[in-house]
Amino acid sequence: MRNGSLLTIQDLQTHFFTGEGVVRAVDGVTLSVRPGETLGLVGESGCGKTVTALSILRLIPNPPGRIVGGTICFEGRDLLRLPEEEMRSIRGCAISMIFQEPMTSLNPVFTVGEQVAEGIRHHQKVSRREAWDRAVEVLRRVKIPDPARRAYEYPHQLSGGLRQRVMIAMALALGPRLLIADEPTTALDVTIQAQIVDLLMGLQEEMQMAVILITHDLGVIAETADRVVVMYAGRVVEEASAEQLFETPLHPYTQGLLESLPKLETGKRHRRLTAIPGLIPNLLDLPTGCKFAPRCPKVIGDCWPTEPELREIRPGHWARCILA
Amino acid sequence: MRRYVLSRCGQAFPVLFGVTLITFLLTHVALGDPVRVMMGQRADPEVVARIRAEYGLDKPLWHRYALYMGKLLVGDLGYSYRQGRPVSETLAERLPATVRLAVAAMVVAVVLGMAAGIVAAIRHNTGVDLLMMTLSLLGISTPVFWLGMMLILLFAVSLGWFPISGYGDGAFGHLVLPALTLGALQAGYIARMTRSALLEVLRQEYVRTARAKGLKERVVILKHGLRNGVLPILTLVGISLGDLLVGAPLTETVFAWPGLGRLLVAAVGNRDLPVVLGATLLFALIYLGANLVVDLAYALVDPRVRLAE
Repeated sequence: MRNGSLLTIQDLQTHFFTGEGVVRAVDGVTLSVRPGETLGLVGESGCGKTVTALSILRLIPNPPGRIVGGTICFEGRDLLRLPEEEMRSIRGCAISMIFQEPMTSLNPVFTVGEQVAEGIRHHQKVSRREAWDRAVEVLRRVKIPDPARRAYEYPHQLSGGLRQRVMIAMALALGPRLLIADEPTTALDVTIQAQIVDLLMGLQEEMQMAVILITHDLGVIAETADRVVVMYAGRVVEEASAEQLFETPLHPYTQGLLESLPKLETGKRHRRLTAIPGLIPNLLDLPTGCKFAPRCPKVIGDCWPTEPELREIRPGHWARCILA
Repeated sequence: MRRYVLSRCGQAFPVLFGVTLITFLLTHVALGDPVRVMMGQRADPEVVARIRAEYGLDKPLWHRYALYMGKLLVGDLGYSYRQGRPVSETLAERLPATVRLAVAAMVVAVVLGMAAGIVAAIRHNTGVDLLMMTLSLLGISTPVFWLGMMLILLFAVSLGWFPISGYGDGAFGHLVLPALTLGALQAGYIARMTRSALLEVLRQEYVRTARAKGLKERVVILKHGLRNGVLPILTLVGISLGDLLVGAPLTETVFAWPGLGRLLVAAVGNRDLPVVLGATLLFALIYLGANLVVDLAYALVDPRVRLAE
């Protein structure tokens, strides 16, 4: 789709085969990430952001999930066609991921030093001693105070913010070209959130890596992302540069998301927040036309029969809406 | 940690006291008169009375218990009625064979059980899983004496791979069938516990993190999975040891194994009360010791337990 990209996902289809039917959690997602850029992936819970991310690393739990179609090209290789062993050498090395909940994402029975060192040892075949020293070094890099001592501690001995720093250390230990951060700040206190975002962005600049930042927090996106992809019901509904998206959102869903953000405006202190009406759609029973139609304030008759294509409305600004 | 061990040892005393009291009452009330069993129903009443006085059996029950406890506190388990020598000597002679059998059975149970459980968890909801769980159910529900005899029929009588019975002066071949017989039941329990514990752990997010690091599936399951799933298995192993001791009399009888279990069965038959009491007490002591070791192993495996103390 676009040249010079690090990662290109084409028409990805990841489905979950459940007792009640096939859940098309990701249904035809196409997106790309350039080297060194930050791509924000936005949408409500259950819209397919995390499933897209896990599909990139081929970590979809199977059964019930399976990637049934599409391609994921990373540095010229289709990850979906790689043998498992080659895929393993990419995970945690060229592409790594940090998860939302640092408490449950760290193994409670190993020291954090061991959990960081383990990946280094595994990928680079270095001695235990050297892997440990490098783990301590990475812990220092993510600004954990007194890392040589902290490395011997267990996850439950650390605060939430420190745990997330350990997760980041683990992901960055081998200098990945692509980091997928799945809601990295959602489980943290607001004051800690800002620190973690600053740390991530600082390290990104330092290490020249691309970041896919998955979040439902548009505030974080506004601060950090170069480009934004908005997902709804397993599809991309809008894609644009961050400025374009915040200036002139084209899809009614994106407009709704932006209107539901609290704003600090002088003289209008008690403006009510607007919520998007209705509920997240049931992925087992989607409308045939535009998936957002049942909740859309601007819906017209033409929205129902067929699903609109993702069209480039302005240069670099794509939307899946007939009204755009 | 040391305080914890000491307090646990302290807790063992009331338990052991209870064991002596209950065993003493049960054996003296339920097993009947040992002198009558020894001498037969037509023995001369005078002789019976004299022997009874000699063993102190003419005194009231509470008095006999007090005498027994008095001796026990200085480490004297009394004399066997049958063998006419100290009970402690008899027990010491039989203990090694029983420990050998119990340890071998435990190894069988842990190795077979955990292997079957891990395979079943990895091949969750497949034919392999079903096969493993069926086998484990068979292991749990087959009576020990029947399984022992079937193994003898197949492997000793028909195939001639192992000796039929006996201790064989500690030869390894003699240990195989008794250990399999005794370990089968526990292997079944351990297989089921391993499967469910591992399935639970493999759903955890840190397992996904381990996979995201690019670790081999073997490392993910055996290191990140099993290390967390091993806690309930450890508990089960502690309890199993009790069952191994209880199962030992049957297995030892089937295989003519010169252990404590067979000694206990014979002693009950002979109404050899001091031996019955001594062997029961020793079983209780081993059981308590095993559970203490399991609790300490908990702390080794899980750092959260270590720090909570």
